[in-house]
Amino acid sequence: MQPSNTPLSKEFVQYDADLQAIIAEVTTFEPHTINTTNRRSFIKLAGFAGGGLVLAFNLDTRAARAAPLAAPLADDAHDTTPTTTLNSFVRIAPDNTVTVFSKGPEIGQGIKTAFGLIIAEELDADWKTVKVDQAPINPKVYGYQGAGGSTSIPRGWDQLRQAGATARAMLIAAAAQQWSVPATECTAASSTVIHTPSGKKLTYGALAKAAAAQPVPDVTKVPLKKTAEYKLLGKRYTGVDNLKVVTGKPIFGIDIQLPGMLYANYTKCPAVGGKVKSFNAEEIRKMAGIVDAFALDGNGNPAEVMPGVAIIARSTWQAFKAKAALKVDWDESAASKDSSTAANARAKELAARMPAPANNSGDVDAAFASALKVVESAYDYAMISHQQLEPQVTTAWWHDGCMELWTPSQQSDRGLAMVTAMLKVSDPKMPDDKVTVHQTRAGGGFGRRLANDYMCEAAAIALKVPAPVKLQWKREDDFAHDFFRAGGYHFLKGAVDKAGKLSAIQNHLVTFSADGTRPVSGGNRSNNSFPLDMAPNVRYAVSLMPLQIPCGPWRAPVDNVQMFVAGSFLHELAIAANRDHVEFLLEWFARPLAAPPTQGPPPDLSRSYNPTRAAGVLKLAAEKSGWGQKLPAGRGLGIAFGCSYGGHIAQAVELTVDAKKKITVHKITVVADIGPIINMSGAENQAQGGSIDALSSAMGLEIAYENGRIQQKNFGDYPILRMKSAPPVEVHFIQSDFRPAGLGEPCVPPLAAALGNAIYAATGDRVRTMPFKRAGYSI
Amino acid sequence: MPLQLNINRKPHTVDIDADTPLLWVLRDELDMKGTKYGCGIGACGACTVLMDGRPIRSCLTPVAQATGKITTIEGLAENGKLHALQQAWIDLDVAQCGYCQAGQILTAASLLAEKPKPTDTDIVSAMTGNLCRCATYNRIKAAIHQAAGSPADTKGDSHAAL
Repeated sequence: MQPSNTPLSKEFVQYDADLQAIIAEVTTFEPHTINTTNRRSFIKLAGFAGGGLVLAFNLDTRAARAAPLAAPLADDAHDTTPTTTLNSFVRIAPDNTVTVFSKGPEIGQGIKTAFGLIIAEELDADWKTVKVDQAPINPKVYGYQGAGGSTSIPRGWDQLRQAGATARAMLIAAAAQQWSVPATECTAASSTVIHTPSGKKLTYGALAKAAAAQPVPDVTKVPLKKTAEYKLLGKRYTGVDNLKVVTGKPIFGIDIQLPGMLYANYTKCPAVGGKVKSFNAEEIRKMAGIVDAFALDGNGNPAEVMPGVAIIARSTWQAFKAKAALKVDWDESAASKDSSTAANARAKELAARMPAPANNSGDVDAAFASALKVVESAYDYAMISHQQLEPQVTTAWWHDGCMELWTPSQQSDRGLAMVTAMLKVSDPKMPDDKVTVHQTRAGGGFGRRLANDYMCEAAAIALKVPAPVKLQWKREDDFAHDFFRAGGYHFLKGAVDKAGKLSAIQNHLVTFSADGTRPVSGGNRSNNSFPLDMAPNVRYAVSLMPLQIPCGPWRAPVDNVQMFVAGSFLHELAIAANRDHVEFLLEWFARPLAAPPTQGPPPDLSRSYNPTRAAGVLKLAAEKSGWGQKLPAGRGLGIAFGCSYGGHIAQAVELTVDAKKKITVHKITVVADIGPIINMSGAENQAQGGSIDALSSAMGLEIAYENGRIQQKNFGDYPILRMKSAPPVEVHFIQSDFRPAGLGEPCVPPLAAALGNAIYAATGDRVRTMPFKRAGYSI
Repeated sequence: MPLQLNINRKPHTVDIDADTPLLWVLRDELDMKGTKYGCGIGACGACTVLMDGRPIRSCLTPVAQATGKITTIEGLAENGKLHALQQAWIDLDVAQCGYCQAGQILTAASLLAEKPKPTDTDIVSAMTGNLCRCATYNRIKAAIHQAAGSPADTKGDSHAAL
């Protein structure tokens, strides 16, 4: 790698270390088992205190005791029904209503419904009376509580099933005891325990208290259902909060309203790293509804708090009006001067200077020398932004030595730790339990909300405001201050041998770096995505260009761009070999894989590339998309495959291109193998939305920057795809018997390559740049 | 100065600067949070409400100009009965994050009031101003057809409304 010669502040570089750690955390994991924290501490940790009655028991010591309970959760803060908590995921009321807790953030991926279903399945609960509530943010009880890397399902799969099965076993034991029959003669269905020989029945509601006094089975040994025994999983379910969504209930972060609450906006330097010299404080403070205006120094880490000016107002609109009148004199001596125009030029210079390869396997030069065809191509892709539809928001309330936050973060567990650490800087003796985070529904995430900068800013502002305060970013703030998907440049050379098979790949990636030593978060090379690395002879080299604009994970980080390059270039090689694209790929899937490493832990077979699964989805996508049929002139079908975030996915795009390069996409076909499907409706929705999201970014999205300033300001110059350009998306699943994967991420990456391949099929023109509008195409 | 508003068939009086956008009057003054802030420039449609049955961008409408009958998502159901679009949105499981859907539904309500049996072209033409960042467009279209009485094929098992 070529080191950067522009040292950036260690505070700035820290953001990249933070985000790299987040990506590492979400992509490397062991499935959780249920937490066996003792019940009393759970009740304390989870904030169950005061009012009501719950019989508590201890998952470790099996001791039963009474403890007070009040519903502490956002979903039912006013619900005072006495209930029985069977474990940290299951609560049962006398009227037989079962409440299960969804531990992760709902960001539109449907996790609240899916988590509820998984618990309810093993619990044998009647889904029609199951209520799903948001769990408190408490990693000591729940383990990981983020939503990243499509890992919510695979991480939670064992833990949630154990939670349901354990509670079910205790309910059965309680019924057996009451009837004086062996538990083995009892079964459960629809929130009822049945004594099979006699037909006697007791509802969960009637049994809950006695169940809570039962010994807790060993959670790792409690039997779990086999796929064939599922009553709920795999069917279609509507989202548990659909009614709230369609009637406008206040469920999002932006909807939080507290008594006496004030409204804040925070203005940072448009070039990252600028500091406040002064601002027109007097003028701002005199404006209508303005309570205060003050500068914060921040700590220089864009993932926490950068310098800026906070305006505190009596309404959001007054805060926004004051922001429009705000004049800040910025010290930009240490601010970003980055230019995307300059970066594009510099990347082309670096193309000719490939550094020593980071990876080198086989004999690439020999393969090139003996090749039937050698193909050289240059691909690039622009920086893009997230733009979840709910602008960043967090409400913070500093009271009684406690910091209480309401946030739509994707990673509230980490945010909790960050705010705690931040407060400890000024008060090292502050106890850890003085920070509480309430998770709200999020109006989208897409990776942006893995960072908690808005949460840290809200906390920093709240320290200076004697009331609850809602920090509301403007849309323009979301454009100016994102953790963008990095742009990148690939200089490729590939070969097919005389048998028409792929024989060698050389990939020189020119990317960006925050710390001068490694690619920026989300801009690094792909590790397990479809896999230019898997050719028999591979050379991979990386050049770095310094960048002082924050980058980070964007839906299917790394893969969302690398698979565009890989999937397009493989098509180029298939054409060079004069082979059918699908046959060319299938032949590659069939090649022997390298033996797995004998050192270290065994690979997670449910999440790693599997040639059988790869071939399965590609063949079905070919079949469903009508691969091989003759299409009229101007019409083309393209296909691509990817293994990404635990999913094996093939996507096909059929389109027409007119003389003005205007594209009409007739259909997208998605075939996914993510193991068993939890909720068919949710899965189909993700696959459709993810495909169109990928189409949107591939066609038209681009962030440019000059003098450190992001050039796009709002949706007017960032054309996220609308209904008029949205094609029908046909979705098929192959439900293999692996541990289930998520789907938010996997359904994005191959689409751009399938789109480019379809354009080639229709026109003979190869698009090697994203967004495709750079090559003159529109949709 | 005090302004009279008619929102969801009820009169409201607000004492507020006349240039305040209707969006923020609804959200901050009247605590009706169903109408969403998305972009503040009328480009995304998240803030859509109906005025005399026509969709308007509440983020760009000064409250002083909101002189007609305003319908927000909170007022679309009447007498405890969901609008056919709300029911279709639930049944077809349209929402992902759900943030844009109030605006989508109100725009669709205006369309159906004008054209009870819209074609695909009618739907696309009416709905293209409303951005869905999760790209649930396939299902939005299907739900509008379903609410209009045309068949749609992605109905899910309904979850009890608790």
